Amino acid sequence: MAARIQVPAAAKRGEVIEVRILIQHPMETGYRVDHVGKPVPKNAIRTLTCRYNGVEVFRAAMSPGIAANPYLQFYTVAEASGELEFFWTDDAGTQESARQPIVVSG
Amino acid sequence: MTRSPAIGAAVLVLGAAVLAAGATAQERPVPRDKVQSGVAFLAPDQRALQQDAFANPGMLWVERGERLWREPPGAGGRSCASCHGDAAASMKGVAARYPVFDAKAGRLLNLEGRINECRTAHQGAAPFPYESEALLSLTAYVAYQSRGMPVAVAIDGPARKHFESGEQLYYQRRGQLNLACAQCHTENWGRKLGPETISQGHPNAYPLYRLEWQTLGSLQRRFRSCLSGIRAEMLPYGSPEYLDLELYVAWRAAGLEIETPGVRR
Repeated sequence: MAARIQVPAAAKRGEVIEVRILIQHPMETGYRVDHVGKPVPKNAIRTLTCRYNGVEVFRAAMSPGIAANPYLQFYTVAEASGELEFFWTDDAGTQESARQPIVVSG
Repeated sequence: MTRSPAIGAAVLVLGAAVLAAGATAQERPVPRDKVQSGVAFLAPDQRALQQDAFANPGMLWVERGERLWREPPGAGGRSCASCHGDAAASMKGVAARYPVFDAKAGRLLNLEGRINECRTAHQGAAPFPYESEALLSLTAYVAYQSRGMPVAVAIDGPARKHFESGEQLYYQRRGQLNLACAQCHTENWGRKLGPETISQGHPNAYPLYRLEWQTLGSLQRRFRSCLSGIRAEMLPYGSPEYLDLELYVAWRAAGLEIETPGVRR
């Protein structure tokens, strides 16, 4: 499954920056059936965390009420150059991660 | 009959053959100055989602398509990029002129058909199944290269009979509700069907992300949804009838900009 992450191309130390993530995921509710009538098992992302240079800055508890391909947006303070790392886990037990470098000046 | 300068220019690009064939003498069902993309019938938040180059969920498929473009289909095989190079240059404007009649294949090809034709003829690979994630991704990536370019399909020469068949399909009533495409999308666009505003039924943003589908889908999936909605029999994906209809609706949309990947309700 793919994900897209967006952070500002350049940020100043102490600046509040917008972080956006879009994850490709079906977010199956567990209430649907396939074309032969077999129930499709529930499979939604449950937790998503973001670590900025190893420090957790954002955590989301998610549920099957959220639409497929969830999009999240939050703000954090640019501290230092480094990396934002995202980790998420779904009902199927799949653990995934994605990372995005960030450049902070000043 | 009215003809805008933009279309005049597009026709010139297609060559003198088009001008000679009388293709421009066709009556326009939606007057040229009233043609509107489906995006005009969306709520502001949905329009914003399509226009947001990051948050548009269709971009997930475009990105996957970009990877597929560079990946050979098998060991030692040629990737799309091996022959076509940089898609931003080689695929620019391609989606705007599809579907086209392919003399070698002897049939009408849409973008999906062209990709599969390339896979079997030049890449020695099996065709992607219609509506598979891979085919949608690659189609979206190719169509994305034509973003902002006006739709301009050729309906002359060997394409003419497909165009006429598509037009006939468009006006033919069908299903338990006994409705033709034209009754909603030509005669009643802009009016309400339940909570929805009826669009003009233009194909300039496909493959697109439909919120109802929660995924990317092809124009033929949209046709099938409409057919199901009027309780008519759905034809299988890739049917020649759908291709003819694709050509007709593309002609109806002439001049509209390609918006792939679009976002719709």
